[in-house]
Amino acid sequence: MRVRLRNPDRQIELAGGRAVSTVLDELGIPVETVLVIRSGELITRDAKVRDEDELEIRPVISGGAR
Amino acid sequence: MKCRSCRGPAVIEVPRHHAAFCAEHFVAMVRGQVERAIRRYRMLERGDRVLVAVSGGKDSLALWDLLLGLGYDVSGLYLGLGIGDYSARSHDVVRRFADDRGAPLVEVDLARDHGYDVPTAGRVGSRSTCAVCGLSKRYVFNRAALDGGFDVVATGHNLDDEAATLLGNTLRWETASIARRSPALPAADGLVRKVKPLHRVSELETAAYAFLRGIEYVVEECPLVAGNTQLRYKEAMNAIERTSPGTKAQFFLGFLERGSALFAGEDRPVLGPCERCGQPTTGRFCAFCRARAQILGERLGSPRDPSDREVAEALADEVLPVELYDGDRPDEPAAVGSTGRRDRDAP
Repeated sequence: MRVRLRNPDRQIELAGGRAVSTVLDELGIPVETVLVIRSGELITRDAKVRDEDELEIRPVISGGAR
Repeated sequence: MKCRSCRGPAVIEVPRHHAAFCAEHFVAMVRGQVERAIRRYRMLERGDRVLVAVSGGKDSLALWDLLLGLGYDVSGLYLGLGIGDYSARSHDVVRRFADDRGAPLVEVDLARDHGYDVPTAGRVGSRSTCAVCGLSKRYVFNRAALDGGFDVVATGHNLDDEAATLLGNTLRWETASIARRSPALPAADGLVRKVKPLHRVSELETAAYAFLRGIEYVVEECPLVAGNTQLRYKEAMNAIERTSPGTKAQFFLGFLERGSALFAGEDRPVLGPCERCGQPTTGRFCAFCRARAQILGERLGSPRDPSDREVAEALADEVLPVELYDGDRPDEPAAVGSTGRRDRDAP
């Protein structure tokens, strides 16, 4: 499974066949800090991902002067 | 997961509501939160000319989209900060958003209009990059709104932003800042009305809203923001939120309902016009003009170009005691002729 991470923008390969929450745990990413996008659709933490999926894990936290 | 409203497949979970939503009902939920915020604090009236400050990020573009969708008369305000490719991409995204919707866009550029950019300000000034960036934004937003005849400035501060700022203010017991932590500040003393209609919507929710509405936004973080204090407070709040969902909302929204009244007695500073730009300030010169002068190596209060200097000298000779300009000590009174001008040939 190809996974796109942001800030900085990069791609990694991970095993599928498990829930999104497990993938995020492996990466050490809290579930409430990212959107998980598969084929242009948002998916929730209980969704099962497959080896052939392409995911984007997009952070939502922004900082700095507002 | 199932949508709380229709029991169809959910696309986003909102732990603080112990709920998940499909795309349609999530967008409706966010709109409802924003309408509730606007109503509760009387942020906007029909017929108001609204200027929404847009950076190209998810929050400000989501807010612009929401306010347009709710039927308000909204223009965007983009401030070019001069942060290399990051600013260039942000500007492109904002222009496309405006063009696609036929929405008016006001553009201000710090370098073009005020003589400096944020990276330079961070290097040469005494303030941190984020501090001078925030100061510049507050100044430009207010001035652009007044110059353009807008009734109100709306910013995309979300629940996470507001909770993190309140946490920082509280940790330092900045009571005057705590007293001003309202999502709607009325117009006063040369300051335009300012509102934060997203203050009930979390950062995760604004990001999901922007995505589900098909809004193109800049995902990458500002390259100058690393180590920012606000980010550390957000991380701290998120760590608590992980085990106690809803804490952020309880902290900030609870403060608005029950805590803010405790700080209402804080004295409001008395504002007067800045001697350089006329914008409101507590001193002779506003913080923006002081920072700008420091960055550009200018002396505030000193004429900057020959024509200004000639006018100033003429006025000084005309109406002011000349000894103030010639540096005479009080015990050495200057000779003054009948015109009030010092007689330079006097013995």
